[in-house]
Formats: sequence, C-alpha cells, structure tokens
Amino acid sequence: MKEITDRLRKDKIGMAGLIGVLFIILLAFLAPVIAPYNPTEMFNQHRLERPSTQFWLGTDEFGRDILSRIIYGAQVSIMVGLIAVGIGATFGFIFGLLAGFFKGWVDNTIMRIMDVLFAFPDLLLALAIVAVLGPNLRNTMIAIGIVTIPVFTRLVRASVIAVKEMDFVLSAESIGIKTPRIILRHITPYILAPFLVQITLALSIAILAEAALSFLGLGIQPPHPSWGSMLSDARGYMELAPWIAIFPALFIILTIFCFNLLGDSLRDLLDPKLKS
Amino acid sequence: MYTYILRRLFLFIPVLFGVTVFVFLVMNIIPGDIASIILGTEATPELKEQLRQEFGLNLPLYQQYWNWISGVFVGDFGNSLRTGAPILPEMLNRFSLTFELTIFAAIISWMIAIPMGILAAVKRNTKGDIGIRFVSLLGVSIPNFALATLLILILSLFFNYYPPVGYVGFLEDPRRNLEILLIPAIVLGTSMAGSLMRMTRSSILEILGQDFIRTAQAKGISQKMVLFKHALRNAIIPVLTIIGMQIGYLLGGTIIVEQIFSLPGLGQMVLTGINQRDFPVVQGTILFIATIFVTVNLIVDILYSYLDPRISYD
Repeated sequence: MKEITDRLRKDKIGMAGLIGVLFIILLAFLAPVIAPYNPTEMFNQHRLERPSTQFWLGTDEFGRDILSRIIYGAQVSIMVGLIAVGIGATFGFIFGLLAGFFKGWVDNTIMRIMDVLFAFPDLLLALAIVAVLGPNLRNTMIAIGIVTIPVFTRLVRASVIAVKEMDFVLSAESIGIKTPRIILRHITPYILAPFLVQITLALSIAILAEAALSFLGLGIQPPHPSWGSMLSDARGYMELAPWIAIFPALFIILTIFCFNLLGDSLRDLLDPKLKS
Repeated sequence: MYTYILRRLFLFIPVLFGVTVFVFLVMNIIPGDIASIILGTEATPELKEQLRQEFGLNLPLYQQYWNWISGVFVGDFGNSLRTGAPILPEMLNRFSLTFELTIFAAIISWMIAIPMGILAAVKRNTKGDIGIRFVSLLGVSIPNFALATLLILILSLFFNYYPPVGYVGFLEDPRRNLEILLIPAIVLGTSMAGSLMRMTRSSILEILGQDFIRTAQAKGISQKMVLFKHALRNAIIPVLTIIGMQIGYLLGGTIIVEQIFSLPGLGQMVLTGINQRDFPVVQGTILFIATIFVTVNLIVDILYSYLDPRISYD
C-alpha cells in the first residue's frame, strides 16, 4: 500500500485528479459551513443576477444563489455516488465471490442474471428502475446501484477464478483451512487492487448517471439542488444569463474528469501487467 | 471459432428470454394499481374493473406474461394506453430517426478519433500525444447533455445560430433533415470520440511493440508501410469492439440528446412513455432497445472471433 501511495505521489496527473476529487468531497461534507446561503432560499429582488461580490456565481431564475446550490449539489452528487457504488460494489462482491468460488449452478445462475442486466444500456436500465419505483433521491441511488452490480460481479468472479488456482490458495486448502477463511484471508486481499480501481471508475459513472437522470427530471426532485437539474432548468434562461448554465456544467465536467484522471492513474499503478 | 460462435448464439436466446422476463416483471411490480393510475381522478370502481378486464390485469402474472410475449412474437406489442395506437409501427417509425442519428454520430466520431488515435500512438510521449490524450480524457468526461447545452449556448451567443426544430424525414427534405441532425450528431459523435481515441492509441501502441513489427522494420520496410499494412490491421480488432459497443449504446443512449433537441426518436418515446406512465409503451420500447443492444453485441463478438481466431469461450 505504501508503495502505491509513493508512486501515486510521483504521478502528477493522478495527483491532480486526487486533489480534485478530495476538493469535491470536502465541498460536499462542508456544505452547511461554507455555502454562503440556503440553497433553496429565493431572493426575489435578485433574479438572474450576474456574478457579483454578493452572489459569487450569480443567481438563478428564482433568485437562488448558484454557488450555494452548486455546493449542496456536490453533496447530492457525492452522496448518490458513494451510496450507489456502495450498493453495487457490495452486491457485486458477494455475487462475484459466490460465482467464482462455487462455480457450477451457482455460477451459472448468477452470471446469466448479470448477462440480462448487461443487456440494457446503463442509462436505460436506471431510467426503467426509477420509472417503476418513482423518482426521488433514494430510488435514484437504488437504480444506479443496481446498474453497477454486473461490472463488479464480473470483475470479482474473474479475479477469484484466477486466484483460486494459485499455489498459495491450493496449499491453504490442502492443509484444511475452511472456505470462509480462505476467502477472507487469502482471496480478498488479492482482488482488492482491481476492485479499488473499479470503485473509482464506477463513482464517475454513478455521478454522471445521477446528473443525467436529474437532467431528465427523473432523479433528484426540486427544490433540492442537483447539478443535472440545475443545468436542465437553466436552458430556458441561459441566453439571458449564461452563468446559470455554465457553472453547473463546469462542475459536472470537472468532477467526472477528476474521477477519471484518478481512476486512470490508479489502474496504471495497480495493473500488475504494467509493473516494471 | 465455429464452436465459439455456436455457443455464443446458444447463449443469446436465454439472455433474450431473461430480458423479456425482466422487463415484464419490472413493469409489473409498480407500486399502486395501474387502472387507477390510468384513470386518475375519474376512477370509479366500475371503470377500474372494466379497465382491468380490458387489459387482462386480473389474470395471474404468468398468463399476463404469456399474453404479452405471444403478441410480441407476432409483432404485436400492444397499444398505447394514451393514444390507443399500436406500439410497433410507431417504434419502427421512430427507430429510423434514431438509426440515422446513430450512423451520423458514429461517422463523425470515427473521423475524429481514428486519425487522432493513430497520431497519438505514432508520436508517443510528444507534446502532441499528451495534448490528444488530455483532450480525449476530457471528451470522455463531458456528459453529452452538458456538451449539448453548452454548444447550444455558444452557438446562440456568439454565432446567433439556433438549431432548427420541427423534424422532417430524410426522404422529404434531405438538406433540412441533415441540418436538424447535424448538431445532435456532433454532440453524440464527439462524446463517443474520446474513448475510441484512447482505444485506438493503446491498441496501436501494443501492436507496435511486438516482434513482427520489429521484424518488418528490420527488413527495411518503410515506416508508412509498417504502420498501415502491419500495425493497423492488427490494431483494428479491439477498436472494432469499441465501435460495436458504442453503436449499441448510441442506439439506446440517444435518449437525452433526442430530448434536448426535440427529435421524435425511440429515446424520446421511452421518456414520454415514462412521464405519461404509459406502461405498454415503456415495456415495448425498452424491450426493443435491449434486443437491438444484445444483437449488436452478438454481432461484434462474432466478428471479433472471425477476425481473431484465437478467441475462445471461457
């Protein structure tokens, strides 16, 4: 682990991504402290105002402070991202372990279900699930979580199958160590690295999916701020007040960009094939 | 190779069956009674009962599934709850737009991504390469709805150009049709270009490092010849997979772009169906898109095994 942090420190692009990601996470956790205004408070005298010292990023069509909405929007993005990926990673991990370790009908059943989930484009699957459950914060997280399960399952299954045949696992088995202990002590640490990379990449997918669903009006519901719905609402007024579209768009792009930078660097660092 | 293709085909059927079951179940666990959702405030117990009779909602679930799926097999996806019109003709009609948009976008993305990817690989680690990689990662990170919104904003503010609305088919007025689809296709094409560029670059780099390339170079074959005759041919295989996957994604993923530019395509039909709680429409369109998606993936896999005979199952 220390080796990895050392190498990450030397990788400037990866570090830039990491700093960006930490910045967004900090923004999300400190939202109540650093946001200048309540994100839903409407200043009726200050509609569609351009950026100023009072409203740093301007105000929207209801006179709400855009900076505050973006900061609280970061909270929504990060929360949805973490919980959705948490759901996907947990279930994916369990399914992948079961499928890889036990093979046979367990493997077949799990993987055919995953094939079915893979048969839908991501956004379409999330849309369908949200349509059924009803659009709100919780269901957005559930829908995106379900969408990310198959990727994790395939990854964990493939790693488990590879590790299972390795000498150290075979010898652990031969001296009679029990299955749960083998999984926990010998297999899990081995698949942790690719799993972590996948988590970073899945976070960027989840944040993007939340923004997309909210953009379509099927994610986070008003008056709660989400970058996606802010951008969507801005379309009616953006020629008068370009800042109401530009800033949410910028934050969506930058956040996903930073997660991708970090994920890319981590993948290069942790990929055993590229180790020199 | 043939056993691979056969097994792949064999797996295709259960997946498709699973897709139909999944779509059906998802649409039937909707909280609340569909009859009251459709009738809204006009719901009386008699009307609801009549509606349930009409749509067969009182039947056991497996029988409802059977009724639906046996219709689907003969091209009857049922009727829209809102308009009463049969679903399949409208889907096919709208699919032609989505298909055209997909092809248009794909061509734009190839024109950007493949030359740039090759250039980045050949000029590896130069400023040009780093620049191209940066742009491509940025491209991967810009969601198409953000790109579309910003593009509309820039065009209107600086060029006073507004993307035309009011779709007309290609056969009616080809010029206007292409003008309408141009901006949406650019948005979709550029957002696809990023990952394609990355794939092209890395697969060419991988090939360029191999022995047979070194042999070709050692024989004194010109660099151009090595690149175009030996490297590209082999590098194209993984690139093709990405292209296939992207086409599959586009066919189902034009939802947002169609919505932004008010294009009456398949994606818009899904969304309208969801917003109007028109479940037969949602069920039909999602099944339709998923089927296309799975089929495109199947074709890509088969093509892949044809191009690279080393591929085998498991």
